Amino acid sequence: MATDFQLNGKAAHSAAPPATPLLWVIREELKLTGTKFGCGTGLCGACMVHIDGKRAFSCQTQIGQIAGRAVTTIEGLSADSSHPVQKAWLAERVPQCGYCQSGQIMSAADLLAHNAKPDRAQIVEHMSTNICRCGTYPRIVRAIQRAAQEA
Amino acid sequence: MTIAIQKIEISRRSLMIGAAGFSFTVASGLNAGSAVAARSGEVALSPWVTISTDDTVAIMSPAAEMGQGSLTSLPLILAEELDADWSKVRVIVAPPNDALYKNPAFGYMYTAGSNAVTAYFKDLRKFGAQVRKVLLANAGNRWEVPVAELTTEPNVVIHEKSGRRLTYGEIAAFAELPAKAPEVAESELKSPEKFRLIGKDVMRVELPQKVNGSAQYSIDVQVPGMLYGAILRSPVEGAAPDKIDDAKAKAIAGVVQVVPLPYGVGVIAETPWAAFDAKDALKVTWTRSGKAWGFNSEKALPVFAAAARDMSQPTKLWAKEGDAPAALQSAATIVEAEYRNDLVYHAQMEPLNAVAAVSPAGDACELWCGVQSKSIAVTVAATALGIAPDKIAYHDMLMGGGFGRRGHRDEEYVHDAVVLSNAVKKPVKAMWTREDDVHNGRFNPLSAHFLRAGFDASGKLIAFHHRKACDEVTAFQDPVRFERQKGRDGIAYNGLDAPYYEIPNRLGEAVPRESGLRTSSLRGIAHLTNIFAIESFMDELARKRGIDPATFRRDLVKTNPRAVNIIDKVSRMADWGKKRDGSALGFTYMNYSGTQIALAAEVSLDRKSGALRVRNVWTALDPGITVQPDNIVAQTESSIVYGLGFALFERITVDDGAVQESGFYDYRVPRMSDIPEMHIEVVASNNHPTGVGQMATPLMAPAIANAVAELTGVRLRESPMTPERVKKALG
Repeated sequence: MATDFQLNGKAAHSAAPPATPLLWVIREELKLTGTKFGCGTGLCGACMVHIDGKRAFSCQTQIGQIAGRAVTTIEGLSADSSHPVQKAWLAERVPQCGYCQSGQIMSAADLLAHNAKPDRAQIVEHMSTNICRCGTYPRIVRAIQRAAQEA
Repeated sequence: MTIAIQKIEISRRSLMIGAAGFSFTVASGLNAGSAVAARSGEVALSPWVTISTDDTVAIMSPAAEMGQGSLTSLPLILAEELDADWSKVRVIVAPPNDALYKNPAFGYMYTAGSNAVTAYFKDLRKFGAQVRKVLLANAGNRWEVPVAELTTEPNVVIHEKSGRRLTYGEIAAFAELPAKAPEVAESELKSPEKFRLIGKDVMRVELPQKVNGSAQYSIDVQVPGMLYGAILRSPVEGAAPDKIDDAKAKAIAGVVQVVPLPYGVGVIAETPWAAFDAKDALKVTWTRSGKAWGFNSEKALPVFAAAARDMSQPTKLWAKEGDAPAALQSAATIVEAEYRNDLVYHAQMEPLNAVAAVSPAGDACELWCGVQSKSIAVTVAATALGIAPDKIAYHDMLMGGGFGRRGHRDEEYVHDAVVLSNAVKKPVKAMWTREDDVHNGRFNPLSAHFLRAGFDASGKLIAFHHRKACDEVTAFQDPVRFERQKGRDGIAYNGLDAPYYEIPNRLGEAVPRESGLRTSSLRGIAHLTNIFAIESFMDELARKRGIDPATFRRDLVKTNPRAVNIIDKVSRMADWGKKRDGSALGFTYMNYSGTQIALAAEVSLDRKSGALRVRNVWTALDPGITVQPDNIVAQTESSIVYGLGFALFERITVDDGAVQESGFYDYRVPRMSDIPEMHIEVVASNNHPTGVGQMATPLMAPAIANAVAELTGVRLRESPMTPERVKKALG
């Protein structure tokens, strides 16, 4: 069994068994390691990607489910860190250890794609899917507000 | 400025040079810096600095980066005295070499205790000043003018009289190096008002890589021909595999080998999913070796508490001043109290892992890992293989969180990768799942605290006695250090006697337990539990005496103006005297390794559910010279959030010696929806810089408990203060 799908705008192919988590296919078969393994249970958001333009836990998505669909990872969000969320993330000096930040950025980009001017409560609700053990939450809020303003 | 996280060749000769002390006897290829640069037109001016003819200044960064920012702040300190142009600085991760790059506070390369800036500060300034002197001497020779007539601006030596200028890169092209490093007197160092870099925020060097997925952690390493390893570990520390049924595991497609180990069973497979499936398919029974079998944390805590109270129990003296027991006997009033802390877990976001590639002959190994001590990582790998440390090619990787978890003397997850790779003589990425990371966690120990205080007839606090019953930590975490420290366990007991409070008679006593559980330093370290006890107790004492809790503390630090300033500042920030409607404030203060910090929390309570809500946190800290002020704010935000989880809900339980929690579904950590508004002020002073990485963490639980006492009159004595416990305490 093999799966064909789109990854960051290009045709991609995986030979992994259909039940294999997309996360591991992206990271270890296709070698795009910006998407992280944090818990494997869809509770931390380190593995967040976009599937057909909406955020999804890649650890909870089986490769067999994405045949023909379009997956975007942090590497595909922009070619040069120029996405407004990435720019805001640097301006607000958000990352500490950085491990969760790909997932945070993918969640934030998803929020702004569907709600260009979220209020604080909407930001908190949307972003509480993602854990940051370094506690960068206050800066994430500020960065999303900045990205919403500057986008 | 760029960052090079890469393999660094370092010759035997340069190790010898380092061992003999800082030396300028540098020849081509001998120096770590020059080897790193590996380009023509570069001059290694010291083991710390290489200057290129293109004016690039490469500076070694000796600490491990786990999010705290040392990768940037340490080379920046050197660049300050060198008067380097930061835009031309290239930060190089220092290779494992204790002789050259050791943390002066530990004697080896180890990043912990929020002490990297504190410990390296003096040396880094000296090293920068020495290189600057060499550059000045060379410019003086070239122009035939006295060095005293020369000054520097960033990356330029200037002779003002003649208007001549030479860039550092231009000097590098002809520089001659002295045989001995120039002497630098303290008085020759910059005075703080001349700082161009220290105290001004710069972009952390690795941050751009952390917004586009290119930052490399060991879990991201890809090596051609690499296999994947997973390990089923014994549920109880010290147990070993007894019977192994690996038939089902071996039948899984892609499984290469099953590797019995003294502490578990490893599986090696062609893919990570096959390795994890095979680990789950193993059927293993365990020997009953190990001390923790039968241990139940909920049943043990009352036993610990009884031991802490029982004056006939054997104790270890931690610290004493005056004679607290005698003063208590003569005291007019005695107050006693007890506090308890559950086990808590680091929960760094990157589950532990490492990559090793043992050579076909088993006589060399390449190693990729994220560790708080690269010296230990190299030793662990070399020892496991029975080869010399110089046969380990070490690759330094960023850490997806450290928090004290990655600096144990055995660095067991590094060991995993090495022994699995050695079994197949191929590269292996050994990964723990989140469940592995929880089940095999090494925790901040369970502790029970008994405190006594005595007031004289005039109401003066004359005696303070703190007894802590807990498993010792250093003995498990780092037996080498434990022995070196002659059995003194700072990771468990630092700060036990609240030495910064002006109380004439103080006694801190350890009542060591030996449960056989795995223990670890963890953000906040000993203060995490000791300060919950001490700052809750101080609040009780203030209330007992009818004195405002902030004023009560202020009176106990009145000869320390920095402490008084911080207490007053937080009182003002929080509008401390003002009563709130439906919420209340709690106050705390601590002197953590010289950093002055006070913190107030505003808490409300849902009486029906028992849930506490922290609405606001105000904190101010004075860590002396502030090397990177905005990063200090970031670290303080971070340490507030970390402390919030321990205060409100984080809790590991153990039954029959085995951890009962498994992941984020039963071990809750703070999310964005949990966090309070944070109001943080950093107070810079010209004192030697002290730690900033974990300062607010220990204050969160006592600040919350003190606020609840103000709000309800009920004292919470057990951390975490879960809704069930709050409801029970309210009655």
